[in-house]
Amino acid sequence: MNNIICVCGHENPEGTVLCGSCGRPLTEEAENQKLVDMRYEGTARRSQTFNKSIVDKIWNFFSSVKIGVSLIIIILVAAAIGTILPQVLYVPATGAEDIAAYYERVYGTFGKLYYELGLSDLYGSWWFQTLIGMLGISLIVASLDRVIPLYKSLKKQRTRRHESFMKRQRIFGLGENQLGEDTWTKSEEKLKELHYHVKREDGAILGEKGRFSRWGPYINHLGLIIFLFGVMLRALPGFYVDETMWIREGETRAIPETPGYYLKSEEFILETYDKEQAGEVFEEAIDRVGTIASNYQTDVVLYKKPEDALPGQTDKLEEVKKDSIQVNHPLKFEGFSVFQMDFRLDELRAMHFNLSNKASGESLGEISIDLVDPEKSYDLGNGSKVELLGYYPDFSGFENGEPQTKSPVPNNPAFLVKMTTPETPDGETSFVAIKQTVEPLGDNAYKLEFQNVETRDISGLTVRKDKTLWILALGGLIFMIGVAQGSYWNHRRIWIHETKEGRLAVAAHTNKNWLSVKKDLDAVTEVAGLPPYTDQHDLEASEEKKDGEKSS
Amino acid sequence: MTQLASISSNLLFVSFVCYLVATLFFGGAVKGTKTESSTSEKRWGRIGIIITIVGFITNLGYFVTRWIAAGHAPVSNLFEFTTAFGMMVVGSFILIYFLYKTPLLGLFALPIAIVIIGFASMFPTDINPLIPALKSYWLTVHVITAALGESILAMSAVAGLIYLTKNIDLTKKSKQRFWLEAVMFTLVVVIGFVASTTTFKVMDYEASFNYVDKEEQTAEITYNVPPLFGMNEYEALTPGTMTPLAETPPIVNAKKLTTVAWSFIFGSVLYGLIRLIIRKPIAAVLQPLAKKANSQLMDEIGYRAVLIGFPVFTLGALIFAMIWAHEAWSRFWGWDPKEVWALITWLFYAAFLHLRLSKGWQGEKSAWLAVIGFIIIMFNLIAVNLILAGLHSYA
Repeated sequence: MNNIICVCGHENPEGTVLCGSCGRPLTEEAENQKLVDMRYEGTARRSQTFNKSIVDKIWNFFSSVKIGVSLIIIILVAAAIGTILPQVLYVPATGAEDIAAYYERVYGTFGKLYYELGLSDLYGSWWFQTLIGMLGISLIVASLDRVIPLYKSLKKQRTRRHESFMKRQRIFGLGENQLGEDTWTKSEEKLKELHYHVKREDGAILGEKGRFSRWGPYINHLGLIIFLFGVMLRALPGFYVDETMWIREGETRAIPETPGYYLKSEEFILETYDKEQAGEVFEEAIDRVGTIASNYQTDVVLYKKPEDALPGQTDKLEEVKKDSIQVNHPLKFEGFSVFQMDFRLDELRAMHFNLSNKASGESLGEISIDLVDPEKSYDLGNGSKVELLGYYPDFSGFENGEPQTKSPVPNNPAFLVKMTTPETPDGETSFVAIKQTVEPLGDNAYKLEFQNVETRDISGLTVRKDKTLWILALGGLIFMIGVAQGSYWNHRRIWIHETKEGRLAVAAHTNKNWLSVKKDLDAVTEVAGLPPYTDQHDLEASEEKKDGEKSS
Repeated sequence: MTQLASISSNLLFVSFVCYLVATLFFGGAVKGTKTESSTSEKRWGRIGIIITIVGFITNLGYFVTRWIAAGHAPVSNLFEFTTAFGMMVVGSFILIYFLYKTPLLGLFALPIAIVIIGFASMFPTDINPLIPALKSYWLTVHVITAALGESILAMSAVAGLIYLTKNIDLTKKSKQRFWLEAVMFTLVVVIGFVASTTTFKVMDYEASFNYVDKEEQTAEITYNVPPLFGMNEYEALTPGTMTPLAETPPIVNAKKLTTVAWSFIFGSVLYGLIRLIIRKPIAAVLQPLAKKANSQLMDEIGYRAVLIGFPVFTLGALIFAMIWAHEAWSRFWGWDPKEVWALITWLFYAAFLHLRLSKGWQGEKSAWLAVIGFIIIMFNLIAVNLILAGLHSYA
């Protein structure tokens, strides 16, 4: 490696722009600039120095801020495209065919194209995830490429800088020393008062403040890397559970993916705002909108299967706790959370019928048919019984004289029954549905009359376990610390030194917030009689100053 | 409405008037002075900021009384959120004013806040009870922090706008001149929205239709403005109202399209009138005022506002949002349009910071970026709620 030896004797690694010790420009380009480029203190960065091997090339690619920003912009645009139409997840259709049909039906040709280009599942696509991965690599490489040389350089910096460094600072002033030796003591005192760390040597002072803010960007990048790592972990089995379960009132079901936990739904509660109870303030809103829901809640009992229970054995469940799952208040146990997500009201549970004589209207008794688990035969006790010949939970009409069912869900239950009474010992056949009776074998003496139904609600719950949460939280926290550190503090330096001719030179630099560093320098100038400075970047202000001088 | 609620809306009106008056004073502070630190500028500027602060205090009064009346933070629908955002824009301006002592900033920031609050009050203003999803203290924490972050970021756009108004050569035709005037036109269109909505509200206009929605279900809809566009397979229910000029396909909400069209019509007429009176682009009228600004200082303010606002925005719009989403929707991130646009905003400002730090994008480029950033924020606030339906469509 060819080290560059500066005139001051300091040995700098290849690629250095400004001498790490005295600040002299080391390249021709830097020498020709009016103001030095203070980014990364002019240190040698790996990416700017080597470009031979394939590793160098990859490193250089990812260390470039240009590439980083390009990746950010591409991700940004892609993310925006994904919001044009709803993503697959939010579409009321399941199965590839239905989803494709949905996009075409609702959004026309554009929808079809959107679906076929894979934009309807954009965020889960391989290319979007690759982009995020590349941004992650860019974060790591670009940070390492900069933070290490920057750290070394700030650690090594000398109190006295070369004049060529001073005069190329944005804030620079040169003039006579009015107070002689006093100026050093007074500057030092004032800088200390302003909470600067002061280094002093013969004829030179360096006041420095808030250097730690320079690490802010790297710390926040570290936080982002940890966050992305946490997100990646979720792809591994065991770190992440995401299941849904539907549970009816009164039912006890195993909670999917949990070690032997069962959930019983006692009741689903849907509440809406009532004008009287909600209060006068809400009256207008309730009048305008109509019904406003106030609560979705499932009252549950959590059970655990004992250790020694046989697989499938559910009769000896131990109660763990009773809880009410509400939106915003999930049930939590052993790292799992169960969320109230959805509901269906009034699923038919049982139907009540009355067996009566058509002519006299005399009733022989009532039966209740459980729609989930109907019995074969119902005995009325007085020599009469009703036998279930057929059960059609979701009756959809007759086909070739046969009753049909659309699904096993009791949406529109119908029954083929045989009624036997002391009067009709041979039995009469009837087809009974809600508000419909068909007597396929001629006129019957008795009828099974529909009375009413019992219903129950179903709760849609989501079961979630996320072992990566603490990693994500840690990443977020580190990011916030880093971003606050870099944004709310800034690294200010003020150099004062005596030139060979015995004059005083001052220069100041900050990574951000120039107004404050100027204020600090003004305060020091006032007590220590430093020469006036100009902001070499702000030409308007210096012109105005000249104007002011002329007019006064 | 209860008494407290009516006190609340009166306070909001007072603050609105204060902002209008303060704008005039800031105008007076900037106008007619030669050097930046003249005494007349100081005097007018001081009166301007005092009135602004009085307005801000009454605005806070609106916020607090409405909070007490409703029993929850007044950030639960589009009116409440947008008003709170407008209030915070003023708060952020006050903060920046005391950091940099620039009356000129008020001349641009307050009108923007006024337009935002005016825009907000076009939405239903009644106090609604919270739906289950919003019943959480995270509503308060997440929404207020996010709005605060966005309002500070908005200051960067204000400084950027001043920078551009000052530095773009308006005597020659250029892309820059066109886009700067386009920004001014957009502001006029927002005023057009307020004007058209208010006009038809005063007229008590109402027209109902039956239509067939995209799920092929029949539904009813009521327009409060004359229906320029009709819904899919519409059928008029109110006799004596205008017949829509065109029918839209089922995925387009013709009512919203009509509102947008009226805003553009009113806005364009208003813009035309302004041009007739002033006989030059709006930007050209503002330019002499903006000339007083120090470009370097505006650039600095623009950058500083992003530095202050970015961490607040991250905390409120992403981190708190994720914590709440995990609690309410069972996942911390679900690619809901509002979430995506918050991420887009965040990525955009991240790009802004990187371009500025490493590529040296300062001055005009940085000013344009700040203005675009504000447009993205407003897009997320308005368009995502109204156009891209998602979990956040509460209003």
